[in-house]
Amino acid sequence: MIAMIAQLLINATGVVAAFLFMYGLKRMSSPVTAPSGIFVAGVGMLAAVLASFLYAFGVDAETRSYVAVNTGLAAVALLIGGGIAFWSGRKAKMTSMPQMVALYNGMGGGAAGAIAAVELFGNRAHGFSALIVTLVGALIGAVSLSGSLIAWAKLEGILKKPTRIPGQQFLNGAVLLGTLALGGYIVFVSKGGETPLADAPRWIALFFGGALILGILMTLPIGGADMPVVISVYNACTGLAVGLEGFVLGNPALMIAGMVVGAAGTLLTVLMAKAMNRSVAAVLFSRFGPAAGGKKAKGAPPGALKPVEASDAGIFMRYASSVIIVPGYGLAVAQAEGKLYEFVKLLQAAGVGVKFAIHPVAGRMPGQMDVLLAEAGVPYDLIFQLDDINDEFKDTDVALVIGANDVVNPAARTDKTSPIFGMPILNADQAKKVYVVKRGKGKGYADIVNGLFYEDNCNMVYGDAQAVLVQMIEAVRGLGTHAAA
Amino acid sequence: MSSAIPMGGFVALYIFLLAAFTGWVVIGGVPAILHTPLMSGSNFVHGIVVVGGLYALINATSTTERIIGFTAVLLGAGNAAGGYAVTSRMLAMFQVSGHKPAHAGGAHAHTHPKPPHSHRVKKAGGAT
Repeated sequence: MIAMIAQLLINATGVVAAFLFMYGLKRMSSPVTAPSGIFVAGVGMLAAVLASFLYAFGVDAETRSYVAVNTGLAAVALLIGGGIAFWSGRKAKMTSMPQMVALYNGMGGGAAGAIAAVELFGNRAHGFSALIVTLVGALIGAVSLSGSLIAWAKLEGILKKPTRIPGQQFLNGAVLLGTLALGGYIVFVSKGGETPLADAPRWIALFFGGALILGILMTLPIGGADMPVVISVYNACTGLAVGLEGFVLGNPALMIAGMVVGAAGTLLTVLMAKAMNRSVAAVLFSRFGPAAGGKKAKGAPPGALKPVEASDAGIFMRYASSVIIVPGYGLAVAQAEGKLYEFVKLLQAAGVGVKFAIHPVAGRMPGQMDVLLAEAGVPYDLIFQLDDINDEFKDTDVALVIGANDVVNPAARTDKTSPIFGMPILNADQAKKVYVVKRGKGKGYADIVNGLFYEDNCNMVYGDAQAVLVQMIEAVRGLGTHAAA
Repeated sequence: MSSAIPMGGFVALYIFLLAAFTGWVVIGGVPAILHTPLMSGSNFVHGIVVVGGLYALINATSTTERIIGFTAVLLGAGNAAGGYAVTSRMLAMFQVSGHKPAHAGGAHAHTHPKPPHSHRVKKAGGAT
């Protein structure tokens, strides 16, 4: 009786949680309602987690003697895992959001894989379809775990260069086939899930090992510039794995939440890949490398780099009538968003129209630049996305490119040999004047020469973004006091 | 398996189909400016996997199951709690005009000092 009531409560909470997740995600579709959206989803999560402890009333007779220990362990795991992650999430810098998302996503994938492992090692997956679904979920979850951890290590700077070994794709294919074969063997020895898997733990362990190695091998060769797409793919993968394990556990809340994320992640991946003009397959199967090999043969483009003083550039912008700012990840590295907004406010006070133009893949994750600007206090009505602003550059006096490089590289339009050929770029080169703030003469994250820097209308302002902006601010402020005097 | 809600494969397929469609449509309406918080938010949502971990751990009978179940809960809880923390922090920062954003984190307030003069910007003056 108690077991029935407990199960009823769990099911009801599951329905509520599934609704709150979808409603919360819906509210996240506008900056105005978004903060309440995550709160709503959080309430659903909390309710679902608390209700899960009611499972303790519904266990089999044989498990009853372990329930107290198991429940205690569950509470401990919940507090440790949740506590550490919550604390790290609170503490993390806004610039490290992509790797934090990768890390938490890997955890989710690992959890889905672990659930599958309990089902397999504990002989719980009965029946052909349940066994297959468990194995597929286990494979996807484990790949998502190890792949996300590699992505995290790359973004965190622990792994610096993409690692490619000869015959990478054949090796990946072989590992994938081997893992699938192991899965098939597990299905075979258990006679399609009819008999217990007691003899198979070794094979199950090998299966998980293969899946984990596959995730590592798949992610290692992928360059840092493609990491956003990779994180998004693994996000979708984890969602899918969670949904599949939800089916095995007979828990519709998991199925719905997992599949919603799976679809959402897939859509985000497609949007992102489109923004970079690369197919998802090209990213995943690391076709970035070979094309990039040709770039070194090409010398510097015609023209010369024309450096100017930051103060001169600042004053020029003060007397312009319109300025579009193209911020990139370099701005965030220099932690100069606050200074940039200070400068923007000075320009606005002087009557200059200022807008921000954000490339879809600016930063290390789509939309990350928007977050970083928001953090600095820039109102989002000043921030425009590529499609909305690209036609305005040609009527604009100054384009100020700060810490961005590849997203304004005209080679994407003209140079068929360039690895970024075809990627939509911000038309900063069409502005009457272009200032590029850059730390040194090096290349961008994707390591490609940028012809824009050599154009006649382009001047370089060398220096740390923060220092450059301080000089610009001082120069413009200086003008103000002279005028007043 | 003391399945919570017994359902056939086809019912499951219907659920998956509708959920996938929902995810696609709901996310399709989100502006690009919110893509990072959104990815983080959907990352949080699949933290519901912790519920599955709790089920597995509470029903564990052997030490192996208990260890793996413990890991599942640990990782799932990390997914949910971490995802919530970073998403809510990011979303709290989006403001429409000159208001000082409410910082949920506060670990790096030094990166954007308040300008000395409290000069509120009206919107992009003449920018349109």
